Amino acid sequence: MRLRWWKLLSIVLVFYTLYFGLMGEVPSKDILNETIRNLYYHVPMWFCMILLFTYAFVYAIRYLSSNNIQYDLKSAAFNKVGIVFSVLGMITGMEWATYTWGEPWSNDPKQLGTALCMLIYFAYLVLRNGIKDDEKRAKISAVYTIFAFSLMIPLIFVLPRMVDSLHPGNGGNPGFNAYDLDNRMRMIFYPAVIGWFLLGKWISELKYRTDLIDYKKLYHE
Amino acid sequence: MNNLKKRSFSLVFTILSIFLIVPACWAQNSTPEMATLFRSNGKIYVVVLVLATIFAGLFIFLIYLDKKIKNLENK
Repeated sequence: MRLRWWKLLSIVLVFYTLYFGLMGEVPSKDILNETIRNLYYHVPMWFCMILLFTYAFVYAIRYLSSNNIQYDLKSAAFNKVGIVFSVLGMITGMEWATYTWGEPWSNDPKQLGTALCMLIYFAYLVLRNGIKDDEKRAKISAVYTIFAFSLMIPLIFVLPRMVDSLHPGNGGNPGFNAYDLDNRMRMIFYPAVIGWFLLGKWISELKYRTDLIDYKKLYHE
Repeated sequence: MNNLKKRSFSLVFTILSIFLIVPACWAQNSTPEMATLFRSNGKIYVVVLVLATIFAGLFIFLIYLDKKIKNLENK
């Protein structure tokens, strides 16, 4: 078996991130100290989640326009793995917050927004498990995916930026991009996002292939 | 069966108490600063904790997928 190029790229980039993320030079900051390196691990979880949800959204639309059940299974796989990454992002964020903001949960607007977004996507899992008929399930979960994705945008990108927040880049706080994120960190952060995202896409593809076999066994034998 | 249950329970209890007691003993020799391990060396252990969480999460998902594939193979 030969690995596709983007799978190899994901392996290379994740290892690059692990090595240079831990060994590379970072700016010295009060309170943050070395935890600034979490930028390479905590933040890409959210980028990966957003991109996986985007894939799920696109496949949901493609399902509705074609009624091809494969698109439904793809959409569901991307949503499920996206949820795994959102949980990882949330837990790692709370761990980071414990040692910088002083407590794991400080009712930060971005924390609340993502928590709401996660609840909406958890409901997707419940909804999908609750419907036995495969066509009905596919149609309802595609519509729900579009609804959930359209709610995620304001909850994560818009609302937290309109109020004061502990997160950089929100309210009066400057983002890492403004002057914290220097060029050395940028050289690791962007490959980190691509690497972790490709890993997430790889896992989703495995999930989809498993579900497709499961589906074929259930309905065609 | 009951014996095995009892034994595994006591094993878990022993391991847990080691994890709880040993750090408490360390803490008595150190300065009043709280949670020293995670605040030592520029808080680098927070990064370690975050990485461990990510890999633990990915492995849990892999185990779930592995179980699912095994079920499919046995069908």
